[in-house]
Amino acid sequence: MHLIQKIYFFYYEGFKSMQVGKKLWVLIGIKLFILFAVIKWIYFPNYLETHFQTDEERSHYMLNQLTKEN
Amino acid sequence: MEHTDLLIDWSRAQFALTALYHWLFVPLTLGLTFIIAIMETIYVRTGDIWWKKTTQFWMTLLAINFAIGLATGIIMEFEFGTNWSNYSWIVGDIFGAPLAIEGLMAFFMESTFFAVMFFGWDKVSKKMHLLSTWLVAIGSNLSALWILIANGWMQHPVGMHFNPDTARNEMENFTEVIFNPNAVSKFLHTVSSGYVLASLFVIGISAWYLLKKRDIMFAKRSMIVAASFGLITSLFLLNSGDESAFQVAQQQPMKLAAMEGLYQGESRAGIIAIGLLNNEKTLGDDKDVFDFKLEIPNALSFLGYHSLSAFVPGIEDMLYGNEEQHIMSVKDKIILGKKAVSALKDYKEAKREGNQEKAQQALKTFEKNQSYMGYGYLKKPEDAVPNVALSFYSFHTMVGLGTWFLILFIIVLYFAMINEIEHKKWVLFAALFSIPLGYVAQEAGWIVAEAGRQPWAIQDLLPVGMAVSNVASTSVMITFWLFAILFTGLLIAEIKIMLKQIKIGPEGEH
Repeated sequence: MHLIQKIYFFYYEGFKSMQVGKKLWVLIGIKLFILFAVIKWIYFPNYLETHFQTDEERSHYMLNQLTKEN
Repeated sequence: MEHTDLLIDWSRAQFALTALYHWLFVPLTLGLTFIIAIMETIYVRTGDIWWKKTTQFWMTLLAINFAIGLATGIIMEFEFGTNWSNYSWIVGDIFGAPLAIEGLMAFFMESTFFAVMFFGWDKVSKKMHLLSTWLVAIGSNLSALWILIANGWMQHPVGMHFNPDTARNEMENFTEVIFNPNAVSKFLHTVSSGYVLASLFVIGISAWYLLKKRDIMFAKRSMIVAASFGLITSLFLLNSGDESAFQVAQQQPMKLAAMEGLYQGESRAGIIAIGLLNNEKTLGDDKDVFDFKLEIPNALSFLGYHSLSAFVPGIEDMLYGNEEQHIMSVKDKIILGKKAVSALKDYKEAKREGNQEKAQQALKTFEKNQSYMGYGYLKKPEDAVPNVALSFYSFHTMVGLGTWFLILFIIVLYFAMINEIEHKKWVLFAALFSIPLGYVAQEAGWIVAEAGRQPWAIQDLLPVGMAVSNVASTSVMITFWLFAILFTGLLIAEIKIMLKQIKIGPEGEH
């Protein structure tokens, strides 16, 4: 517990005493929100994960892709 | 939905945009962490508080770059799943394993030691803090190692076996994958280019302080460290570039020929030091390749094959074949590639019918021609040729700027050592304007490596046209512009915050 407390205060005081860092953390927060909450879910579903249920189906689809006539 | 050329072009453009923007942030982190570690080592050894302030200032700029660049690479992983799902499936665990190791390593090393580096100045011992700074430098470079192992595999696929039942490549030999000579030379060349960029960054900003006649001692000290580091790493960059070109000659001769605008192969081939390509030149005609060129005789033979008299195949030798040099034409490779694809189809159908004998026969034919499989998807032989002008000019821009940086480091170090640097305005201006040139060289290097690899997503095995997902080109186009806006915003934010911090200077708050 003592160690966990020490680690907690190490980070707590570190963040508290930051100068430029505070602005940077706001920027990181906004960026991560845009990336993971907006872009990832709206624009970037995993194609094979969302279109097929099993790896067998995915393999079958890929084999068809690789062997279809050009 | 069909794989139209439009979809392929937008998917490529989107990946190039995200990779090029991501690469604006990464190399500075790779190099600046080491420069900071050197500065802090001097502080710990001498106890001179000025070195502590110097270290802390560059650390603040590192933090800005790190924070803005953080997670920009994640977008490429989104793209793999959405736009490049065929590719992601086919590369299987070979690409996944190094990326997973990179993710874990980056998270643990960077989140732990980065925090100690920034928060721990008065909370841990000097030696512990120094150790953390070195571990951040080593950790961020090791992250790059895993990414470049994955990229090296795309350029020269080794240590795997294609499973015709699952349509995936499976790793057979992890050692072969991580010690892939292409990956090793690529890693060394890439990280050392980051060291050179960071040196230019420190020298350029220090030059600005000297031009403004402020923070003189800080600027001169920073310049000496950065110019020494830049000079040593430039020599290393030269050496790793030579090894990289050697690997390209062995494994991707078409890329080397495009980089040098070499249409017809020759023994004792020279390197074009400066050249202007003839825009009217097309494949197979007898027009001159260059409107103007300055050539270093025998140098390409030496660079590519470590022999002054070696034959270097040209684009047309590889495209149309060269019996004398035992080079198979792309047309013949396409025939073998189509045999591989057709055998894979027969295998799939025989398995479905339960005909084991037919399946085994088809598998034999597939394995015999498998190394040409990717050629089976090309529509015409000319598709095997990358964009010559893009490869040529990017390569020569990179090499030309690299040469300039080496000269700059020598000049800066000389004048800094004789304590004359603040009086040499032309050197200071040259140093300042070399910061953007460092970024140009970085991006040109990426273009040489990736555009020169076209049409392949995986060299000889999978062309980009087969690697893309069946998604609508309009959705890729929308996200292209979305990223362009997001990344440009991030870049503007970085430049603004950084400029503000530079104006505050080493005496201000961090």
